[in-house]
Amino acid sequence: MGLKNNLHNFREKNKDKKWLPAFSAIHTFLYLPNETTHNGTHIKAADDLKRTMNIVIMAMVPCLIFGMFNAGYQHHLAFGEIERVTSGFFSSTFWTMDNFTVGFWKILPLVVVSYGVGLAIEILFAMKNSHEVEEGYLVTGMLVPLIVPIDIPLWMLAVAVAFGVVIGKEVFGGTGMNILNPALTIRAFLFFAYPTWMSGDKVWVHGADPRVQDLANGATPDAISGETILGSLAQNNSSMIDSAGDIWNAFYGFIPGSVGETSTLLILLGGLFLIFTKVGSWRIMLSSVIGAIVMGLIFNGVADAGWISESSKFYGLMSTDFWMHLLVGGFAFGTVYMATDPVTASQTNKGKWIYGFLIGFISIMIRVFNPAYPEGVMLAILLMNVFAPTIDHYVVQGNVKRRMKRLKVKTA
Amino acid sequence: MSKDIKIKKGLDIKLIGEADKTVEQAIISNFCTIRPEDFHSVIPKLIAKEGTRVKAGDVLFHNKDVEAMKFVSPVSGEVVEVQRGPRRRIDAIKIQADKTQDHKDFGKFNMSSDAAATKAHLLASGCWAFIKQRPYDVIANPERSPKAIFISGISTAPLAADLDFVLTGKEEALQAAVSALAKLTEGQVHIGVGSNNSPLANMNDATIHKVSGPHPAGNVGTHINKLDPVNKGETVWTINAQDLVIIGELLLTGKFNAERIVALAGSSVKKPRYFKTTIGSEVATMVYDNGVDKDGNDRIISGNVLSGKQLKPDGSLGFYDNLISVIPEGDDYEFFGWNKPIFNKISTSRALTFSWLNPKKKYALNTNTNGEHRAFVVTGSYEEVFPLDIFPMQILKACKYEDLDEMEALGMYEVAPEDFALTEFICVSKQPHQDIIRKGLDLMLKEIG
Repeated sequence: MGLKNNLHNFREKNKDKKWLPAFSAIHTFLYLPNETTHNGTHIKAADDLKRTMNIVIMAMVPCLIFGMFNAGYQHHLAFGEIERVTSGFFSSTFWTMDNFTVGFWKILPLVVVSYGVGLAIEILFAMKNSHEVEEGYLVTGMLVPLIVPIDIPLWMLAVAVAFGVVIGKEVFGGTGMNILNPALTIRAFLFFAYPTWMSGDKVWVHGADPRVQDLANGATPDAISGETILGSLAQNNSSMIDSAGDIWNAFYGFIPGSVGETSTLLILLGGLFLIFTKVGSWRIMLSSVIGAIVMGLIFNGVADAGWISESSKFYGLMSTDFWMHLLVGGFAFGTVYMATDPVTASQTNKGKWIYGFLIGFISIMIRVFNPAYPEGVMLAILLMNVFAPTIDHYVVQGNVKRRMKRLKVKTA
Repeated sequence: MSKDIKIKKGLDIKLIGEADKTVEQAIISNFCTIRPEDFHSVIPKLIAKEGTRVKAGDVLFHNKDVEAMKFVSPVSGEVVEVQRGPRRRIDAIKIQADKTQDHKDFGKFNMSSDAAATKAHLLASGCWAFIKQRPYDVIANPERSPKAIFISGISTAPLAADLDFVLTGKEEALQAAVSALAKLTEGQVHIGVGSNNSPLANMNDATIHKVSGPHPAGNVGTHINKLDPVNKGETVWTINAQDLVIIGELLLTGKFNAERIVALAGSSVKKPRYFKTTIGSEVATMVYDNGVDKDGNDRIISGNVLSGKQLKPDGSLGFYDNLISVIPEGDDYEFFGWNKPIFNKISTSRALTFSWLNPKKKYALNTNTNGEHRAFVVTGSYEEVFPLDIFPMQILKACKYEDLDEMEALGMYEVAPEDFALTEFICVSKQPHQDIIRKGLDLMLKEIG
């Protein structure tokens, strides 16, 4: 086969070139390398890191496509051009080409910038350290566009990606060595550097932000609200989610929010796919849902017992039914795609239970107690990323202690 | 006090080309090669220089550190070549075999001798080389007394020679060896067997354990971990079941008879079967007749596909091996091999890999790495195939950053490289686990001893 041989010869000819990792990245993308084992095991199982990462991306693609439709839908809805969906997941007002086109042209640049900037930096570092380009960024690059507001300026995203990849990952030694989830590092950077673009009630719907309006030379921005459900609940306003239809819409994902995190249904399917393929950790996903439910129940209990007055600024979110916390905000997305990052999560099975539980628990706690920015999952995961090595340390110490005890019993 | 060993974690790698249960006499090899590298960490002091005539059982070299530990010639003949590597390290000792074999007579051993006499006899006759120790997975230090001796009578590795088959009829020799070894330990001799039909199932002077479960159930390391793990300062010894036969025959007849039944297996072999041959024989005497294509692109491995050693076509059977595996080389590119659905390779995940659909299917795997070397990323997968009470990834990382205290605390005294063969096989990051562990053990041996 021509292409195969040509690429092979090209590679052999340029074996010692500095830029070879860049070529390799493309070459190994086309062809599984001809590398063979030496000593050690002479055979190897089928999975490699590319395959593993590819599975995660496949699990996210439905969220991405849904996000494109939803971006258009929210835009048209906010401008009063269409009616709210009332007819289930396959509603014809939602799945229109028009919605898709609006979202597609908004989201495609986010994806391009995220991958372009991130991969360029990865390749530079790979060349500098002369190792192969590792696949970690394939997933990060896909996660980033899904967790930012739709109207985020592209330069801002580029700066954040550069920061996240360099400071969040490469300074620690690259893929596999980082402490914080790179995608969340990027989001946290945006959140703290440009808070007005990352929170409030104007950023979640394309065109709702007056700054963008001005640019687009649009009409009366005051008429438009792009508030998220979580945002309104934090204002003690539960009108956005007081009917069964609203709740179903929240589950399907027909609500404002970051690009790809709104559809709990698709995230649930993606999560099941990850668990089925054994790529994502079911321990982390399950325990973090349990953690969120426990915290939600505690808050419900506090609200029901009347320990907090209805005028309290915490009342709205505290009295929200515990299960509703799983549907709104970025909790589901964070749990399935971000908390399960194997590098930054706990690495021991027991540790994963603790780690996941605390993520769920702390997410809801931050959500309730931080009304200025009513989403806790990002900070909860980053916090637990920092604690994951400590959790692992104590789990491993359990094993070490058992060994020591065995020795003592013997010598005693 | 017999305790059954039952494990759930592990993976049976089912490959095409298991050996048929027929034994053929291999063509007598003209040359016999002994490679000191088979005896890890032993520095050889050469006795039989080039041109020396030796009988089977005559000393070729001894251990520089322990002079009493002799390594003997498996055949009678003439030492024709001593191959040396960098810094005059001895790579191989090649002996041209006589047409009629002549054995040195060590004399029939008095089975009621005490431990010291038994030890001396085994050391002098070259049989000590068969006894390995943990920690460090090296030839046993004769000055230490082990708390127990472990023998695995079941092999669960891919394409492994069926020990029940190759040991049939050798009960007498086996029993002699077991009884002699039992004197060398204050503790017990533990033998793991697959079924009650095993020739080892009725040994006296030993504790028999029934073993079941997927690979690595047959690895002696698994038995040690489940029955009596090695603590700091303790030693256990391990011996391959098939080598008991050689030890037993020496004790009973006084001859070092290096004959061994070896399986020839693997998907590249036309007619996989068993051969009767001797240690150090050229593999060419077995692999080509009704076996492998002469100009095929295959890999010949002395040992199993997980921990064996790659051989060149002129290579010879390793000192401890009773299996020659031949599988196709995988030095070809595969278009979109990283993302298309895979039906013809084994995987423990279901990441568009479909070996979970049909767990009984046998595969013809080649030597392709199926991906490039990466940093450790995926967690939790090793634990599914690793039955020891040890954290595999943590101990591997400790070896990589050479933290001796941590290696010790995490259980380094208990492991051998082969215990990490399965984790290496499934490793998504294609890390060389066995090599990492070997280097870690060498470091500990050097620093702690």
